Amino acid sequence: MSSATSLAIEATGLVKTFGDTRAVDGVDLAVRRGSVYGVLGPNGAGKTTTIRMLATLIRPNSGTARVLGHDIVSEADAVRAAVSLTGQLASVDEDLTARENLILVGRLLGLRRAAAKERASELLDAFGLSEAAGKLVKHYSGGMRRRLDIAASLVVTPELMFLDEPTTGLDPRSRNQVWEIVRALVAEGTTILLCTQYLEEADQLAEGIAVIDHGKVIAEGTPAQLKASVGSGALHVRLLDPEQRSAAQQVLGRALGAVTLEPDPAALSAASADGDVAANALAELTRSGIRVADFSLGQPSLDEVFLALTGHPAEEPESRHQVPEQPRHNEKETAS
Amino acid sequence: MSTYQGAQADLTAATDLAAVRKAISSTTRPPRPSALAAAVTFGWRGMLKVKHVPEQLLDVTITPVMFLLMFTYLFGGAVAGSTGDYLDYILPGILVMSVLFTTVYSGVALNTDLTKGVVDRFRSLPIWRPSPLLGSLLGDSVRYVIAGTVIIVLGVVLGFRPGAGVGGAVAALALVVLFSFALSWVFTTLGLLLRSPSAVMNAGFMGIFPLTFLSNVFVDPETLPSVLKAFVDVNPISILADASRGLMEGNAEGSDIAVVLAVAVGLTAVFAPLTNRLYRRG
Repeated sequence: MSSATSLAIEATGLVKTFGDTRAVDGVDLAVRRGSVYGVLGPNGAGKTTTIRMLATLIRPNSGTARVLGHDIVSEADAVRAAVSLTGQLASVDEDLTARENLILVGRLLGLRRAAAKERASELLDAFGLSEAAGKLVKHYSGGMRRRLDIAASLVVTPELMFLDEPTTGLDPRSRNQVWEIVRALVAEGTTILLCTQYLEEADQLAEGIAVIDHGKVIAEGTPAQLKASVGSGALHVRLLDPEQRSAAQQVLGRALGAVTLEPDPAALSAASADGDVAANALAELTRSGIRVADFSLGQPSLDEVFLALTGHPAEEPESRHQVPEQPRHNEKETAS
Repeated sequence: MSTYQGAQADLTAATDLAAVRKAISSTTRPPRPSALAAAVTFGWRGMLKVKHVPEQLLDVTITPVMFLLMFTYLFGGAVAGSTGDYLDYILPGILVMSVLFTTVYSGVALNTDLTKGVVDRFRSLPIWRPSPLLGSLLGDSVRYVIAGTVIIVLGVVLGFRPGAGVGGAVAALALVVLFSFALSWVFTTLGLLLRSPSAVMNAGFMGIFPLTFLSNVFVDPETLPSVLKAFVDVNPISILADASRGLMEGNAEGSDIAVVLAVAVGLTAVFAPLTNRLYRRG
């Protein structure tokens, strides 16, 4: 399909209130076609409400959004004809079999009976559900149910797919399968808007991330930009012999600056943004006869980013005041 | 046990990524289905549920069956002189009760769809928007026919012989099902307003149970205190039961049928648009 715009989702100032609660309080989003875009936030931040507005399930109180070039209010039908929604609850019918669920969706999308059946079989095979295809979905495990839910969203490949917390409650293996499916979809050109409260998930899959809290986007950018906005990474070292820690502290202090002693008596860490400098510091340790059990050089985790941005950590109540002071990375150019 | 089997299947069968890629790359979007086709598809879904969860139908049928047996054999002689005479009186009434009870489940089913998130999927599809509601009620009508047929067949087994024959019984069933179709919009409205399926069930039966007892389904209201009798006489369930008796016997009053149809039209005119609006709002 030729694209009038390179943006799959363009939202400006979306607001949704429920009674006195402003569930979504002025959200702007710009999502490039063919990308995975992560909306990251804790429970109740407004992620699901945002998705439900973009998927035309509820109308915004104010603000506008275009999905694949169609206005979500005045051209809701055109939006529905091009997107799929995989909601937070696996939205499949528990009292039907997996095959019946897929045939149902196929028929509702306009496939003829035979075509709907054929498509159901193809998807059941692809998603590893053909053995259990005749079982009622209420007997399915969480992972199987989620795969069926995603399969139901792919009966006709959507141009854009909304995925609302697709791995919440899944075991790691099922979670990895979902991630692989998402990657396969993107490889085929589908745009994905992914809501998640798992920072690792957004880091793994998303090209751009909006961090949302209390209905507002409080930061936006690539995973790397978000991490960089919080500060540099760190070199973590664990020694074979805890006795050598003070010696190691001196060596690393000379090479890298401030050193933190960790709760593990054999471990210490130092801030380090540069891999070369960190490698030199490690070589220095070896030359000084200090034996290293293992080390890692990492950027700050998205967890740290999130805490820094939302100011939620319980041990620092005053950090709440930092929220308005955090720069809002809303430059769409840098997001794509 | 079933969870265990599910876990087993989960381990043996995994997603085949190459097949997923192939599956998602090979589709073209078909033209959207007509309003009728979408509604019929939802009706098909309703019937699959009758097949997969027959106990839900059994739940609502068992109470009227028990009432039929209990009232006929315990009270029948005392109320009407003989069990046979009482059966002639109560059976068309129990038919009404049985089918009306089933309508509560239309609201329960809709609320279940809502709380499980299935409604979200339907509402995100490019289909005629009222089709899920209309289709479900069409499917539910099949349920009503089954519930009614069970009672009529049981009645015949117990010795009930409708004066107007099979035609009379079918006509009575048709009128009761038509009225139930209208009444079920009340429960779908409730289903969209209340929080849980069990809340819908409780509220539904709290309404329909006393209304059924304060009608002429079980006893002729002649002996009732005047205030109560006045209520029973205007209760639409009484009028429906009268019409049902009349059709079975071949001496139905046209006015009874007209009132039943008018109430049905009224209920539909108020509650069908209300249900539709609440459903669209999400």
